[in-house]
Amino acid sequence: MSPARALGAFGHFWWEFLVGDTPELAVGSVAAIAVGFGVAHGAGALFVLFPAAVVGLLGLSVWRGRRR
Amino acid sequence: MTGSTVLLALAVFGASAVEAVEALTIVVAAGITRGWRSTLEGAAVALLALAAVVAALGPALVHYVPLGLLRLLIGGLLLILGLQWLRKAILRAAGHKAKHDEDAIYQREVARLQALPRLAGRRDATAFVISFKGVFLEGMEVVMVVLTLGISSGKLAVATVAALAAIVVVSAVGVVVSRQLSEVPENALKMGVGLMLVSFGTFWSGEGAGVRWPGSDLAILGLLVLYGLVALVAVRGLERAPVTPPSSAEAA
Repeated sequence: MSPARALGAFGHFWWEFLVGDTPELAVGSVAAIAVGFGVAHGAGALFVLFPAAVVGLLGLSVWRGRRR
Repeated sequence: MTGSTVLLALAVFGASAVEAVEALTIVVAAGITRGWRSTLEGAAVALLALAAVVAALGPALVHYVPLGLLRLLIGGLLLILGLQWLRKAILRAAGHKAKHDEDAIYQREVARLQALPRLAGRRDATAFVISFKGVFLEGMEVVMVVLTLGISSGKLAVATVAALAAIVVVSAVGVVVSRQLSEVPENALKMGVGLMLVSFGTFWSGEGAGVRWPGSDLAILGLLVLYGLVALVAVRGLERAPVTPPSSAEAA
């Protein structure tokens, strides 16, 4: 296997592992952490807002994945 | 041993047991159809490769990456992984996704392996590769859970022992019964582990982002209860929604 193919396979593995068919979970988690870190570092209400964002993210993804 | 350490050990044990059951199905299918020697060699090499990944990455991450950054990155990884597990478990529990059927997967693997040609020689490359891939790919999830939970909590040894214990228990049961373990309540385990991974992921990534959790480590238990209630409400809500029967092909 050539180095380029090995690198491609490695990237594909991690893409499937972390993103796969639920890109909203990967993007949403990263966004929630980034917002928490960048905008409101150390803010008191973050311990409520952060889990609330996770719950919203889970709800959205489950709703997206339901059978209609 | 503190409550959060017990919770961590349970999360790693549960996640590792689920993945070990899935790997065992592939190993048993390969062993029975293609012979045990090459199959077990493939599984053993995969386990060694996984151990090498843990040995190489674990200490390197601990020593060279600042703890705050590590918790932010690893907590995020844990959060994504846990949300994926929890989402799948909720959809399966509510009947919106086919359950993971080890018997069906086993039958499919056996049929596929029997159809492949066997080359002359003492070793069967197909059995080796199938077994290696099965154990390595399922094992990578275990490695991720061990590294993320172990490093972010500073309890890599506890996480490693819990994972090894799960692998030993599942392997021992597999050897005794000599077949795939379809009776394991996989979705319930996946739900529990998903809840714990999301709780730890929220806690550690939050710590890294600057969240000041009330009660420190005790907040993990609070998060676990919150997410457990949310999962319960989601399952109950989805159960009421009319669905078309899921196909077994969707279970993977």
